Amino acid sequence: MNVATKRDLVSELAASRTRSYSPADQALREDALTYLKNTGLPISKTEEYRFAPVTRILEKNFDSLTLSSQVNTVVSVNEFLIEGLKGNIIVFVNGSYAPALSKIVSNPDQIIIKPLSKALVENEEVVSALLNQKEDYKKDPFSAVNTGLWSEGLFFHVAKHTEVKEPVYLLSLNDASSAVSVHTRIVGWVEEGSEVTLIERFETTGHEAAFHTQVEEISVAKEAVLNYYKIQNDPGKSIQVCNTLIHQSDHSHVNTFTLTMNGEVVRNNFSIAIDGEHCESHFHGLYLLTGNTLADNHTVVDHIKPNSFSNELYKGVMDGHSKGVFNGKIYVRPQAQMTNAFQSNRNVLLSETSTINTKPQLEIWADDVKCSHGCTTGQLDEEALFYLQSRGINKDSARAMLLYAFASDVIATIKDETLKTYFDQLIAERLHKNF
Amino acid sequence: MSKDNQVLEELTSKEYEHGWTVNLEADEAPRGLNEDTVRFISAKKNEPEWLLEWRLKAFRMWVKMAEPKWPNVHYPPIDYQDIIYYSAPKKKASLNSIDEVDPELIKTFEKLGISLGEQKRLTGIAVDAVIDSVSVATTFKDKLSELGIIFCSFSEAVKEHPELIRKYLGSVVPINDNYFAALNSAVFSDGSFCYIPKGVRCPMELSTYFRINAANTGQFERTLIVAEEGAYVSYLEGCTAPMRDENQLHAAVVELYTMKDAEIKYSTVQNWYPGDKNGKGGIYNFVTKRGLCFGDHSKISWTQVETGSAITWKYPSCVLKGDYSKGEFYSVAVTNNYQQADTGTKMIHIGKNTSSRIVSKGISAGKSQNSYRGQVQIMKRASNARNFSQCDSLLMGDQCGAHTFPYIDVENNTARIEHEATTSKIGEDQIFYCQQRGISEEAAVALIVNGYAKEVLNQLPMEFAVEAQKLLALTLEGSVG
Repeated sequence: MNVATKRDLVSELAASRTRSYSPADQALREDALTYLKNTGLPISKTEEYRFAPVTRILEKNFDSLTLSSQVNTVVSVNEFLIEGLKGNIIVFVNGSYAPALSKIVSNPDQIIIKPLSKALVENEEVVSALLNQKEDYKKDPFSAVNTGLWSEGLFFHVAKHTEVKEPVYLLSLNDASSAVSVHTRIVGWVEEGSEVTLIERFETTGHEAAFHTQVEEISVAKEAVLNYYKIQNDPGKSIQVCNTLIHQSDHSHVNTFTLTMNGEVVRNNFSIAIDGEHCESHFHGLYLLTGNTLADNHTVVDHIKPNSFSNELYKGVMDGHSKGVFNGKIYVRPQAQMTNAFQSNRNVLLSETSTINTKPQLEIWADDVKCSHGCTTGQLDEEALFYLQSRGINKDSARAMLLYAFASDVIATIKDETLKTYFDQLIAERLHKNF
Repeated sequence: MSKDNQVLEELTSKEYEHGWTVNLEADEAPRGLNEDTVRFISAKKNEPEWLLEWRLKAFRMWVKMAEPKWPNVHYPPIDYQDIIYYSAPKKKASLNSIDEVDPELIKTFEKLGISLGEQKRLTGIAVDAVIDSVSVATTFKDKLSELGIIFCSFSEAVKEHPELIRKYLGSVVPINDNYFAALNSAVFSDGSFCYIPKGVRCPMELSTYFRINAANTGQFERTLIVAEEGAYVSYLEGCTAPMRDENQLHAAVVELYTMKDAEIKYSTVQNWYPGDKNGKGGIYNFVTKRGLCFGDHSKISWTQVETGSAITWKYPSCVLKGDYSKGEFYSVAVTNNYQQADTGTKMIHIGKNTSSRIVSKGISAGKSQNSYRGQVQIMKRASNARNFSQCDSLLMGDQCGAHTFPYIDVENNTARIEHEATTSKIGEDQIFYCQQRGISEEAAVALIVNGYAKEVLNQLPMEFAVEAQKLLALTLEGSVG
């Protein structure tokens, strides 16, 4: 009998490190990897990863995480674009910028968009003030992995008092014709009084194992607006861990929508730090899972300053052997008086083999606040199904209709019509809407 | 003047009213914990060999375990070698009637408002009084035994009903369940045992009263209640301790076991000494309470009013094994000054068509931290399970914290789970309204808090409800304004 030797995933990952872009970057990468070597990747007993066995699946899917060459067979990305969307298209293939597939249309006086590696040289001052400032790699082991290993990233900087009409569409495409391990990074700065829309999409082709980590740090300055959309649709054996931190200043607005549909393990650590007064944050998510997908959304809304409003709504439909995990933290710090914070998590379990683990968590240190959370789990209402069937609608259509209705209030939060139509289409397709 | 107002008036001038000490001669174990301590306790109680083995097994497991760090509470490390694990009021000989009890002891319990004597038999509650580590008196025993109900101290039960104790001890809370349960299993000194035979509805409330008296001691008692098929019992637990500057450890284990169609209602008013205004002293209350709904259609209901203790760490739970079994948890937890509470429940749904209900009301004032931590788990086979949870927090003052950690784990798609939680401030307009009508601010707060907690207080037996109301107001005294 073979006795399996314990694998050292951290060393395997560290060995695949190739690049650094400046001496400071080099030092930071080494710090992060040293830190990671000491703490290790999460194990099943790690509270934050109790239901997301990322480390175990990595061991299962990868013979080695030290990957030398990665195949790139991508020639066209048309099928992954959003019809009718006029915007800046940035394409990353296996974590490298693909200029031939990308198209930047916005006026550079309004918004600077460029690969992070380039920005680190050309806009060093701005980038070093933002990179690894808000998101500390010590907060999450995969954030440390990313800090040590990121190969490329997106940098965007919106000038003051500018409404950028063209959205920024970032397509992260992984070609898993052979196993891939990809680490990307986003650094963004929306300056005072400006508005921008960011759309991120993750896709994978090929059938081999894929591992993708992404760290995003976006600063939203005074009176600025950020609209943020994320589509996670990596099929097959892909493992994705995203750490996102959005930092808000006074009077800023943030709207987010995360749509998770595919992947073997998808883990989102999504935090909004409300570090300003009179801010508004709308935090939406929809996970529609089938097969063996595990989607784990860990969200944090951190009220640091008084007088802000946050509203969080995450909904999930689990079918097949899928697993949904939700953990929503709301922190209200002692100074954050007059905070209004709401959170809701609703789940539908469609199959006998699907599960949901949810933990809505409130931690409040200020007294003059209004905070609430609600959480439900159930299946489709038998009576509603019966009602529709009694009106001549067959069971599958009735089911689709009810599920679509369940998801519709999250879809309704999308302001942009083109995007709304597109999201609606994706969701309707997934829910087999046929009416 | 209405009775309510008198009650409120009375309490506005009070601090911790049970803070007195009594000089009872005590028989103590040497300070510290090792296998000899365990043997000493076992020998002191003339225990059979199997129980000593059981204790030693628990002790050996405890040595290997680590103190849990996950609760949201902070305290300096406990030196387990600096505790006296056994302290009993000195007995002369075995007692035949209540008249032979040490008069100091009777006085002690009279101060607590619990009568061990005849004069208050009309209240109709059978009491088992536990002081420091040992059960000192049990009332109404004869009357209960006519119905076949066994209600006695744990050590007595070990001698007289060894077969029952052997069968049920550790059946709900295994000895290695957690750090403090293992510690308790090794060194528990006494407690109450209650057995309700098949088809019997216990005619009166059964009650245990715990008091820590001696200094530097820890109290480790065990309660075991077994309700046979179709039986019903309502059980009350109360506790107090003197005011002392050092922290004292209380690590109890309560096990409930219900057969088919049986019901146990367990109510607690916890009023251990919470420490002074600066957070000095107070009891560390680390308790494991769990009930097993073993039979179909059985029911366990926990009601707790937590006002005392410097630190509370307690999760009365229900394991719903029988089909159609039902678990309930009603809790009011109040923290003031530097108190910390991390409390809640676990509802484990195993059987089909099981249901559970959680109502938790937290109130934090002063510089205290109050956490609700609960788990609702629906196992794969638990079809048609139903749960409703509500946990509300009320904040008084800008230096306290309220935290909610509900875990909801569902593996069956027929389950229907609802959870809701709110956190808000005590309404200024409500206080103002009361003040306008001549009710003092303090009384107004007591009134509002009592209204807020009514849903839980209503679950308490009448005698306890009055005490609980007083306690609520008392704990929050001086927290507004």
